[in-house]
Amino acid sequence: MSTIDLSADTAERPLPQLSRQGLEARALKSGVLTGLTWLAAVLAAVPLISVIYMLMVQGGARLFGSGFVEVLTGLPPAGFEQGGGIGPAIVGTLAMVGVASLISIPIGILAAIYNGVLEPRSWTANTSRFLAKVLTGVPSIMAGVFVYAVLVIHWGYSAWAGGIALSVLMLRTVVLAAEEAMAQVPQRMKDAAYGMGCTRTQVIWKVVLPTGLPGILTGVLLAVAGAAGESAPLLFTALFSNYFISQLSEPTASLSILIYNFSGMPFPNQIELAWTASLVLVLMVLGFNILARLIGQPKV
Amino acid sequence: MNAAAETMFIAEPYQVAGEVVIECNVAKIFYGDFLAVRDSVVPIEKKKITGFIGPSGCGKSTVLRSLNRMNDLISVFRFEGSVMYHGQDVYAKKVDPVLVRRYIGMVFQQPNPFSMSVYDNVAFGLRLNRYKGDMDERVQKALERAALWKEVKDKLKNSGLSLSGGQQQRLCIARAIATEPDVLLMDEPCSALDPIATRQVEELMLELKERYTLALVTHNMQQATRVADTTAFFSVDISKGGRTGYLVEMGPTGQVFQSPREQLTKEYISGEFS
Repeated sequence: MSTIDLSADTAERPLPQLSRQGLEARALKSGVLTGLTWLAAVLAAVPLISVIYMLMVQGGARLFGSGFVEVLTGLPPAGFEQGGGIGPAIVGTLAMVGVASLISIPIGILAAIYNGVLEPRSWTANTSRFLAKVLTGVPSIMAGVFVYAVLVIHWGYSAWAGGIALSVLMLRTVVLAAEEAMAQVPQRMKDAAYGMGCTRTQVIWKVVLPTGLPGILTGVLLAVAGAAGESAPLLFTALFSNYFISQLSEPTASLSILIYNFSGMPFPNQIELAWTASLVLVLMVLGFNILARLIGQPKV
Repeated sequence: MNAAAETMFIAEPYQVAGEVVIECNVAKIFYGDFLAVRDSVVPIEKKKITGFIGPSGCGKSTVLRSLNRMNDLISVFRFEGSVMYHGQDVYAKKVDPVLVRRYIGMVFQQPNPFSMSVYDNVAFGLRLNRYKGDMDERVQKALERAALWKEVKDKLKNSGLSLSGGQQQRLCIARAIATEPDVLLMDEPCSALDPIATRQVEELMLELKERYTLALVTHNMQQATRVADTTAFFSVDISKGGRTGYLVEMGPTGQVFQSPREQLTKEYISGEFS
């Protein structure tokens, strides 16, 4: 790039040259680096796309073929049996995520109200926030071990135990996301509510919660999506079952454990079903994520 | 320096001719250990606009926000003195600050509509007080009084945040007057607005004082001369290392600006303050 000759007197300098000088070193470098960042951005999207592609190829035929009703509602096949489906696993996953949601969402939002609005700088809030963050780093199998030791040893494998283990994992996401959403409600909006003569309860109920709702829902849905895909916490809490659950206190099938069990079997039919179950699970999780994104978008 | 000059300056009390709604008598206002304001007696006259002027940090906003106990939301805030409102001390132990704020409304520096529709913003206070009458009529009346009705009557369902800055501030005024508060406190309501929106809000203030009592903090001295009936000038003494604000002079706006009693006032309004 041509530089300005600063030694010359201003009046004697040549007229400014502002047009591009073709392929000079600086432009080339800029182009190469921009290309690199573009490549990295594309690479970041490759894993998800290739996973979905692979699942479509391997499990799509079963799910989108003529037998999809049987796949979604049928019982898993035994041995050399042909056909069959993953119905109990879908119902089991939904049931356990439901139990986990019923436990973790109310507790999580109440905790977030305390941590984010009522006493954000208190010892309790700081500790609770710190521990929720630490919990984020705890491997999910620990939730399973914990629930196994506390509940399963006494009462056996059940959907309750699976749901409780999932709720441990959901709680941290709900608490942190809901607190963040409520903390982002501008102070001036809260001032306005106090200025109208709102009590603290009314400020939270009429202003903080409605204003933070999109963010809270986003956090909740991400937590649900995460829980739906978990397998480790369910391994020794819900175990597995080949049948639809009739009550929450019995061993329960889940998509992730079905995938784990069937993918190791020597029968092509089961292996194909494992692929289909993976596809169903990924689509479920993807659906929750997309919903979370849509709700979280600011409305104008 | 002689002993008399060493004693702290206290403004001459302003003798009010008309009816006083709030008799504000600040002895000391603290934030933690920090003495923010001292010795300021500020009577707020009924159906007049009382302007609070002074340099940054002089405590004018602090005093204004003390009138409806908005400062209670700051945990380290401490008030010594009294704010007599219809014969009751707002700071008496048995007084509920939430109820005080329902009678003494507030408009803030930054327009702060809620993230809900224009209609719901105005109806907020009415619903809060479980108003049973014709909600539509009250909302329309409040918007008309805030000189906003014509602009928003076709978009009552739009978000209050979708309006322009000046409209948002008038929406906040409509929200505040929908419940017919006795007194309206305005903390630099025009500082975030452009000159046209500022003029609209000023004209609105002059109309509002027919019905309400207004107290206005402003950085803009022209604004004080344009709208305030009475002006209270605060200053801050930084010579001794502190930053404590106090009332210097209070009187009819014309007198304070044309023939101020105090040298400090004269310097401030002529722009000679340091």
